[in-house]
Amino acid sequence: MPTFVYMTRCDGCGYCVDICPSDIMHIDETYRRALNIEPNFCWECYSCVKACPQNAIDVRGYADFAPMGHSVRTLREEEKGTISWKIKFRDGREKNFVSPIRTTPWGSIKPPTDYDAPKPDAFRTQELAHEPEALHIDKLPALPPDRLKRGML
Amino acid sequence: MALFARRKTVYVDSDILVVGGGMAGCGATYESRYWGRDLKIVCVEKANIERSGAVAQGLYAINCYMGMQWGENQPEDHVRYARNDLMGLVREDLGYDIARHVDATVHKFEEWGLPIMKDPDTGRYQREGKWQIMIHGESYKPLVAEAARKAATEIYNRIMVTHLLMDSSRPNRVAGAVGFNVRTGDYYVFRAKAVIVCAGGASHIFKPRAVGEGMGRTWYAPWSSASAYALPILAGAKMMQMENRIVLTRFKDGYGPVGAYFLHLKTYTQNAYGEEFEARWFAELRKTIGDYVDCHPVPTCLRNHAFLEEVKAGRGPIRMVTKEAFQDPHKETVGWENFLGMTIGQAVVWASQNIDPKHINPELTTSEPYVMGSHATCSGAWASGPSDYAPAEYQWGYNRMMTVDGLFGAGDTIGGTAHKFSSGSFTEGRIAAKAAVNYVNDMGRDGPKVSDGDVEAFGKEIFKPLETYRIGRNEIVGGTVSPSYLLPLHGLQRLEKIMDDYVGGISTHYTTNSHLLTRGLELLQMLREDVAYLGAEDLHQLQRAWELRHRLLASEAVTHHTMFRTETRWPGYYYRADHPKLDDDNWHCFTLSRYDGRTGEWSMEKAPVYHIID
Repeated sequence: MPTFVYMTRCDGCGYCVDICPSDIMHIDETYRRALNIEPNFCWECYSCVKACPQNAIDVRGYADFAPMGHSVRTLREEEKGTISWKIKFRDGREKNFVSPIRTTPWGSIKPPTDYDAPKPDAFRTQELAHEPEALHIDKLPALPPDRLKRGML
Repeated sequence: MALFARRKTVYVDSDILVVGGGMAGCGATYESRYWGRDLKIVCVEKANIERSGAVAQGLYAINCYMGMQWGENQPEDHVRYARNDLMGLVREDLGYDIARHVDATVHKFEEWGLPIMKDPDTGRYQREGKWQIMIHGESYKPLVAEAARKAATEIYNRIMVTHLLMDSSRPNRVAGAVGFNVRTGDYYVFRAKAVIVCAGGASHIFKPRAVGEGMGRTWYAPWSSASAYALPILAGAKMMQMENRIVLTRFKDGYGPVGAYFLHLKTYTQNAYGEEFEARWFAELRKTIGDYVDCHPVPTCLRNHAFLEEVKAGRGPIRMVTKEAFQDPHKETVGWENFLGMTIGQAVVWASQNIDPKHINPELTTSEPYVMGSHATCSGAWASGPSDYAPAEYQWGYNRMMTVDGLFGAGDTIGGTAHKFSSGSFTEGRIAAKAAVNYVNDMGRDGPKVSDGDVEAFGKEIFKPLETYRIGRNEIVGGTVSPSYLLPLHGLQRLEKIMDDYVGGISTHYTTNSHLLTRGLELLQMLREDVAYLGAEDLHQLQRAWELRHRLLASEAVTHHTMFRTETRWPGYYYRADHPKLDDDNWHCFTLSRYDGRTGEWSMEKAPVYHIID
């Protein structure tokens, strides 16, 4: 609808509420469990599905055009660095896929302050952080100003 | 009244304020810290930067990578490509600037842990097409968010920024932004020396094809609520090319991407009778657009045009021929993973309708129009160019500074730079951030002043829909119909209908004229008056109310620009039926607009196009 939450699996942890880009996963005040309060603003982005520790959230395709009986389930395993998918068609056929999601340990990105501070004369150049080295070419390309040709106005 | 009495006003002071933590915002935050080691860098986001913006669900390709290290492309080549695709009109200075830096950004992504596919024969990045490389990008956004979190002094999630603040001591200088916390309802006042707007473009300004539950499955994210445009517009910044909306040819209903299918899997389209149909419409197009039809590759809008004409001629549905390619198990895997990595909803549609592209050629459709600045289109703010080569008319200060002092932008916010996509948006954020650091350093102690009167006035305006609802709700027994307020969804559906009926939406096959536009503007004016009576039941609806306000402003800009440009420059995106031809004599130029907040009037002007290369 598009996402929905199974009553018996949800423990009300709120991870889905915290992650939803559309702010549509909320906690029901009576049942203390999550629900999708605005299915017509759901992108089926699966951010909440991936974030749910209880696997309590699933998707039922948009009623406007998706016949019932299908499922697209996922398991995202950060420690293994993979995401797995199981697609079940309305007629029962299945397809399975696994993809890598990251090649380095989580949290391993170096903050910009771990690099040497830029020299004073670097501020007025066109080079950005880690250039030119990170470009993997000798120097940053540039254009002479006289190459610009005015179009019609 | 208890709710209002408990509301706090929270002041957050910073040197650089980044509004929006998507790809551009994360790039801006990272680079701000690299150059501004001692500066206070604050990033504010209406959702959670871990999964916010258009890349929330991931991407399966990076669509802007030169490959300069292998001599694959040079920045000039990308400028030519973007210019051809946009029928001659792009800010070539800004586009070149992104193209020369973008490879460094992508190399950094790989070092950070983004799995980029490699060509097994050459060891180079696996090309999908000339500009695209293939990635396993499910965690693209979490990865980029990690870099931003490590760079920012503070990140504020779940705060919807509604307005920019202006300096009370000097005209036309930005001084920060205001908004509210969607969870607590607290009023936030961000005071900053420089502001970089990295907010999202506009979905849901035109009526989508699915209007029930499926209205959320728009091509561009439903949370892209035009803040990229409304914030600068309200601050009086000049906007460019707002008429240059984009229409996407995509797999039907899920809007699953076709790039990998065309370029990598070598699938192709045909009409209901199994015929190729583009060539005949391209030949026809020569009468209205001349030589532009010979551009290679054929501009995106012209391919849309052929599709539309074929459908109008009654030879739909148009299908993507996948049955041949999908017999190869590797290609079949790429075809499915392409959706699972970035448009899961398309896999859901196919599973639900028993569409296995190995056995059935899936249908395509054209989307409703969107306004954005990072795909095959380039609406956005008019920004100053790089100091080393931009012409004088494109340079009035720091790189990516708008026509408001201290106000920078990147990503969907900045106009003229088509085809920057995710990597280019992050790169543009970096470009803007370095310039903003220089601006802050040059400013010294001459910091901006914020008047208490402005803070108080914005506070009243922002929370008014809660009050309007509370009072109006007591008048009626229940339900959604009130004589005193409109709910945000009511306003949104009115906006989408006006834009669809009058400004070139799907129901008119993207066609409009001066009469329709005039009537559209009259109705938009009434909607502008009515949004003063929006009623919000809770903080979530308050967010929806402000998203609608932002969408409405962007829509007004789109309509004024569409009226101003009396030609049909991009057939397949929209048609001015009263000016059906491309008119290079009068319109080989940019259209600029400026909104005057005091009078509520829009003014239009032309600006010259400069070409870097022949």
